[in-house]
Amino acid sequence: MSEGLTPVITVEGLAIGWGGRPLLRDLNFTVSRGDVFVILGGSGCGKSTLLRHLIGLQTPMAGSIHIEGFGAPRLTTEAPPFGMMFQSGALFGSMTLAENVALPLSKWTRLERDAIDAVVRAKLRLVGLEGFENHLPAEISGGMQKRAGIARALAFDPPLLFLDEPSAGLDPITAVELDETIRDLSQFLDTTLVIVTHELASVFKIATRCIMLDKAAGGMIASGDPRTLRDQTAVQFVKAFFNRSPVHAMTGEQVQRLGRDGTPVGDIG
Amino acid sequence: MDPSATTAGPPHVERVPGDPVVLRLSGRLVLADAERLWRDVGAALDQDHGPVRVDLSGVETLDGGTAAVLQHLFHEREQAGRAIDIGGANADVQALIDRFGIEADATPLRAAPARAGTMEQVGRFTLDLIESMRGGFAFVGEMSRAIVAAVRQPSTIQWRDIPYLTEKVGADGVPIVCLISFLVGLITAYSAAVQLHKFGADIFVADAVALGMVREMGPLMTAIIVASRTGAGYAAELGTMAVNEEIDALRTLGLCPYRYLVVPRTIAVIIALPLLTILADVLGMLGGAVIGLGYLDITTSAWVKESHKALNLGHFAYGMLKPPVFAVIIGLVACERGLSTRGGAEGVGRSTTSAVVTSLLMLVIATAVFTVLGQQIGFRS
Repeated sequence: MSEGLTPVITVEGLAIGWGGRPLLRDLNFTVSRGDVFVILGGSGCGKSTLLRHLIGLQTPMAGSIHIEGFGAPRLTTEAPPFGMMFQSGALFGSMTLAENVALPLSKWTRLERDAIDAVVRAKLRLVGLEGFENHLPAEISGGMQKRAGIARALAFDPPLLFLDEPSAGLDPITAVELDETIRDLSQFLDTTLVIVTHELASVFKIATRCIMLDKAAGGMIASGDPRTLRDQTAVQFVKAFFNRSPVHAMTGEQVQRLGRDGTPVGDIG
Repeated sequence: MDPSATTAGPPHVERVPGDPVVLRLSGRLVLADAERLWRDVGAALDQDHGPVRVDLSGVETLDGGTAAVLQHLFHEREQAGRAIDIGGANADVQALIDRFGIEADATPLRAAPARAGTMEQVGRFTLDLIESMRGGFAFVGEMSRAIVAAVRQPSTIQWRDIPYLTEKVGADGVPIVCLISFLVGLITAYSAAVQLHKFGADIFVADAVALGMVREMGPLMTAIIVASRTGAGYAAELGTMAVNEEIDALRTLGLCPYRYLVVPRTIAVIIALPLLTILADVLGMLGGAVIGLGYLDITTSAWVKESHKALNLGHFAYGMLKPPVFAVIIGLVACERGLSTRGGAEGVGRSTTSAVVTSLLMLVIATAVFTVLGQQIGFRS
């Protein structure tokens, strides 16, 4: 926990899952103002599901999530206090990129059309999509759709931004540029970011804090600054993850879930 | 092993009797020939029940699928208690053999279809029904909230889309509605003519067509066309949005999908359906007139006079009570099915089918209710 910083999201004793079956239990963490908070974990361990809970698309099975100044995440019919980029981009297929980005602006601000256009242009330029404003999502590549999704999430300059695998499927140059954009957002605009990603290079570049989830352990197995985690962790899975070594190299290691106070609870095989 | 056993080319299986029996595989073991291998190795293994030593020293090439096939054959016999010792393979072949080993607790790929008992089937059906009713109620609840919101904060409704959507339902539906109702009028007239002609009551065909179209067939046929055209379209559109996470994205932008998508679509149908129904009434009567004037030798003035006599404003009013109700059914059922879509392309297909079937069913039920109520409150024909 980062002392002395304003918490933006507080998660306590959270249990999440699908269809009555818990996937992850005992999640406890705090995201502080200005953090670039990265959620790590193997495929299918529940990272995206956790994100869906943080934005209120799903309700927790147990425990609580608190967003500062908003309360429990829920769906509103007002301007939302956060932006979200979905893994697929989730752009509205019948609208051009510009219209996608303009939608929240025209709905929740009283800006003139020209002013909205200026904002839309700026946001699309930020993610390197100038020149594609009038394209439909189906006319651009998956990576571009994803970037347009980021632009839409940023439309509002939300103080809190959720990104689900922003750099997956992007070419290395765009990925690096995206990392820089993320760092800029965090440094200059004081945006708090919660990011699900697999890209270790970008984790070390952008993350101020990270947690690692594990399916087998059914919860959090590590939390902290990524460098410290890489260099000092005793958990074999975390080591394997950071060193990109195959998991079957692990031998009979006991992975433990982290409990409320950050100490391991409950052994699992 | 005798190195001369190494032969190039097609797979070869040789069984050398002894203790243990030696099974010598050689050649190129590739999936294209695996069927023969499966048969030959299986047969060779099953000639007796003792321990076997499998010699792979003659194997030149092995591919992944064939390795899995062989491993399966050996594993099956090992499960039955045979001692099978695999050896002699070169490093590449051995690596494949190791990699494609059989897991003892492998998931069966073709689980025997669960034969559910009658009770279980009834139970499952009931649960599904309850689940779908709960979904329906939740939808009605959300929808009511959206309507209240529409009245209290009209700005939260996506009014801007309504003209475009109405054009899609209405104007774009004109050709098919015209064609079908013209033919329905024609068919009604012809069927009536055949019967009425026997009694020399030809002129009453005009009554049958006018009343039939305006009171029943016009509203119902139009609603059926719109349900199949527009209803299916809405279910597919919203369903695709749901499976592409677009509905979720809409929600995270603070936009309520009911106010943003469902209300405008339902309003568009409510506007367009009565107009299409009037068009269908007119075209149906025209279709009837073709039979009446062309086939029955009734004069135009007599036909028009008879039609006019048969119809009064009450009939028209009764017929026009239906479209708004039908429109609400079509719009809401289609949108509900669309929004509740799960599971990719197949899910979208299921929602679309279900939207059309459910709305047709509800349209017919609504028509029955109208007929009974119409009789009760005196809208007699």
